[in-house]
Amino acid sequence: MDLVLSKEAIDNIITVLDEDLLRAGADCVLLVDRSGNLIVNRGDPANLDVLALAALSAANFGATAEIAKLIGEDDFALLFHKGKNENIHFTKVGKGFILITLFGKDVSLGLIRLNTAKVTDNLVPILGGEL
Amino acid sequence: MSFIDLSKNEVQCKIVYYGPGRGGKTTNLLYLHQAMTDSVRGKMVTIDTKGDRTLFFDFLPLALGKIQGLSIKIQLYTVPGQVMYNATRKLVLKGVDGIVFVADSLKVQKEKNVESLANLKENLAEDNIDIKEIPLVLQYNKRDLGGSNIPILSVEEMQEDLNQELQVPYFSGSALKGDGVFETLREISKGTVKFVSRKLLSR
Repeated sequence: MDLVLSKEAIDNIITVLDEDLLRAGADCVLLVDRSGNLIVNRGDPANLDVLALAALSAANFGATAEIAKLIGEDDFALLFHKGKNENIHFTKVGKGFILITLFGKDVSLGLIRLNTAKVTDNLVPILGGEL
Repeated sequence: MSFIDLSKNEVQCKIVYYGPGRGGKTTNLLYLHQAMTDSVRGKMVTIDTKGDRTLFFDFLPLALGKIQGLSIKIQLYTVPGQVMYNATRKLVLKGVDGIVFVADSLKVQKEKNVESLANLKENLAEDNIDIKEIPLVLQYNKRDLGGSNIPILSVEEMQEDLNQELQVPYFSGSALKGDGVFETLREISKGTVKFVSRKLLSR
């Protein structure tokens, strides 16, 4: 059950997140596991408590998975919360991970959705056996 | 599920405080949060209802220094103790590496302690975890009420109810005053880090 990632794997994850999400305008990107561990965070999280965000996101995903079960689904593949200035987008990566993307009001949701789908595809082989 | 980041030489483990409702799980975390310096502790997050009861969980990240060059990061969670919130407890238990069971010393809570421990065993078994294998520490909380006119259970009685079969380390405590809180954390952290490193070596 435990997850061990080499420096090389972490570097590969960072490259994928930087190229496809930060360059597309996301403010901050986090990869966390479903039990709330923060794997990688990128971007500018200066005033952001990333550990709490990781724990709460995993819990949020778990809670909405229960909602999904009520309507006959296993879980939801993505969640989106819209704020006044800042938005947050969660995507499931494999069975065990969640990709969290924070972006401002001047970045389009469509672009983030498109790029998170690409990132998810690219992360799966890196996380490989850990999924 | 612990996470080992070899690029930062860092280990992250998850420790869950479990036990009956109103037993002092949140108070344990609050005391640790107050007593620790900013360099060790992160921000504490609590999701509770108006009446002091934990609705979802409390969360407190700690950095416990280095062991053989690896930095140890521990994340403490509590669960809601009330019987009806079992779905939430299962969610929070996901990926747990170590457990503190906070038992309530009040005599009227005798049954609740036993029920909650049985519930823990059941929930762990659903995740294929054997309660006898995972690091577990018992804390008999509210010992400061001894000598007051509120009837409390003796430590021997609590040992017989909860620890006869398990035979795990136990501490008397008063989370409100801080007695036993650090001792409990020290013991469970030690056990958890040992457990995680043993699992890693056998990979």
